Amino acid sequence: MTELNGKCIIAIGERDGIPGPAIAEIVRSAGAREVVSFTQCFV
Amino acid sequence: MQANGAAEIVVVLGTPDRDSTEIVTQTVTTGDPSYAGPLAGISLGLPVIHVLDERVAAQSDPETYSSVIGVMLDALDTEAIVAATVIS
Repeated sequence: MTELNGKCIIAIGERDGIPGPAIAEIVRSAGAREVVSFTQCFV
Repeated sequence: MQANGAAEIVVVLGTPDRDSTEIVTQTVTTGDPSYAGPLAGISLGLPVIHVLDERVAAQSDPETYSSVIGVMLDALDTEAIVAATVIS
């Protein structure tokens, strides 16, 4: 089980999937802290 | 990573398909499989989980999760994407 609570998160989002800020919001609600968050775009 | 230790870091992905999930997962665990970037041959060994994984949903606030993820759970091939985060 990957525990998110209290962990530092590297959020690797993607434009066609889930963007980085959206991942950051979810992990914050799980008690984690995002340290890097970005959204890749290959268009 | 040196300040916090690898055990305190988790990579959470938002990739849209199986192939991109596999590539990013390998890049942050065993090293860049394409040998195109600075992580070629560098094994970080970081734990990886996809944001669509039900283990993420179970740990986060349900209201936040459903408002942020919304229809993407149904629009993307969640099962294949989550399976691609497991390195064989």
